[in-house]
Amino acid sequence: MAMTLDRAARGLLLAELVGGMWLTLKTFFRPKATINYPHEKGPISPRFKGEHALRRYPNGEERCIACKLCEAICPAQAITIEAEPREDGSRRTTRYDIDMVKCIYCGMCEEACPVDAIVEGPNFEFAAETREELLYDKARLLANGDRWEPEIARRLELDAPYR
Amino acid sequence: MDGFLATPLGIFALTVAKALALLVPVLLGVAYLTWAERKVLAAMQLRQGPAVVGVFGLLQPFADALKMLMKETIVPSGASRFLFMLAPMLTFLLAMIAWAVIPVDDGWAIADINVGILYLFAISSLGVYGIIIAGWASNSRYAFLGALRSAAQMVSYEVSMGFVIVTVIMCVGSQNLTAIVRAQEGLWFVIPLFPMFVIFFISTLAETNRAPFDLPEGESELVAGFFVEYSSMSFALFFLGEYANMMLMSALTTILFLGGWHPPIHAEPFTWIPGFVWFALKICLCLFVFIWVRATFPRYRYDQLMRLGWKVFLPFSLLWLVLTAAVLKLTGWVPA
Repeated sequence: MAMTLDRAARGLLLAELVGGMWLTLKTFFRPKATINYPHEKGPISPRFKGEHALRRYPNGEERCIACKLCEAICPAQAITIEAEPREDGSRRTTRYDIDMVKCIYCGMCEEACPVDAIVEGPNFEFAAETREELLYDKARLLANGDRWEPEIARRLELDAPYR
Repeated sequence: MDGFLATPLGIFALTVAKALALLVPVLLGVAYLTWAERKVLAAMQLRQGPAVVGVFGLLQPFADALKMLMKETIVPSGASRFLFMLAPMLTFLLAMIAWAVIPVDDGWAIADINVGILYLFAISSLGVYGIIIAGWASNSRYAFLGALRSAAQMVSYEVSMGFVIVTVIMCVGSQNLTAIVRAQEGLWFVIPLFPMFVIFFISTLAETNRAPFDLPEGESELVAGFFVEYSSMSFALFFLGEYANMMLMSALTTILFLGGWHPPIHAEPFTWIPGFVWFALKICLCLFVFIWVRATFPRYRYDQLMRLGWKVFLPFSLLWLVLTAAVLKLTGWVPA
């Protein structure tokens, strides 16, 4: 009897409904979980695997020695390298292409590189309107390296203790 | 000037000016209601809501309107062309003409007619025609199902709404909206008639096809219900009409239960604020609850909706009507 009365009272006084509304009202005043994306950006880990870049030494010499380890390890076979000796006798790439459409962003190229030449930087906003724009050549990758070097260096340093 | 206003042309010009003075704020209110709905829903779901167009996304309604205007109007093949275009106009028109009798402040109604409440009730009942014509003329099964649901739903909830309104009329002794608000000077009807207020508010949710009674347009089942086939301005007219109806129902709730233009307390700081501001504030409060309810509750199943309307609200409001009548008679409070 008391239980029936209790249930009836809850029903008539809309207890569940008011409870639910109270919850949404509390949520209304809580801080937002989302950010204002293009204007604000969320934090990114130093290990973030974004757009690729070819780095240079501080004196401007390119790091890549054309060992082709990255090409060999790439599971998506997105990297194509051609190489021949330069006039000064050092071994350099004449062609270094990454098909960003094939790439699965696994980061194996970065792991395989003995001289930290090819890296995946923090940039993830490189969407393009055509497929051709996503077929990166050496010039584009070196330009990426020049553009993102400070950021890439900082991230490599932060991540170094764990490698 | 006085001479001109007495001529037929002058009376006409004055009425048009009054109508514009009311409808322009109403339409602006509708525009910002869509913005407020998105913002409040977003906040209750821990999101940001529109924030890019203008400060706090304040120009969003205008961007949306511009987008709508530039879209192509598509009339589906097999649709009844005339009725298809008539339906959104009808919905919008009915949502607008109902405002003629709403007293925004003491004596500020465009048409202060003696059967104001009856007029409002009639207009809101006519609203179902816009929907059913749209559903029928679209020649689409989703639209037709939505229209059928809407017709049955609006008719069901109007019955209990009618009883609630009769209760209020009994307490006032007049069907004039201004008189109804004047009667609440000392005590708003929300206090003595609280259960009726709850029933009325829930019925207005059903009447305006709002969540949790949004079956006519239930996105997950009927795509968009009765206006699936509409695009561009014809869609915008439906949208505007629907939101104007929400405002209208909030205004009606304010007039019947929340004391219209009266401040909560007739004392110094409250009486400084003019009546129409109080009226607008109360409408805003009702609209906030509309959106709040939408953010909280899932949609009813159709049989549950019918059960609530016919087996819960109808007997309950009928009982309360008789009870109110008995109390009025026994205590001798029957208004003259």
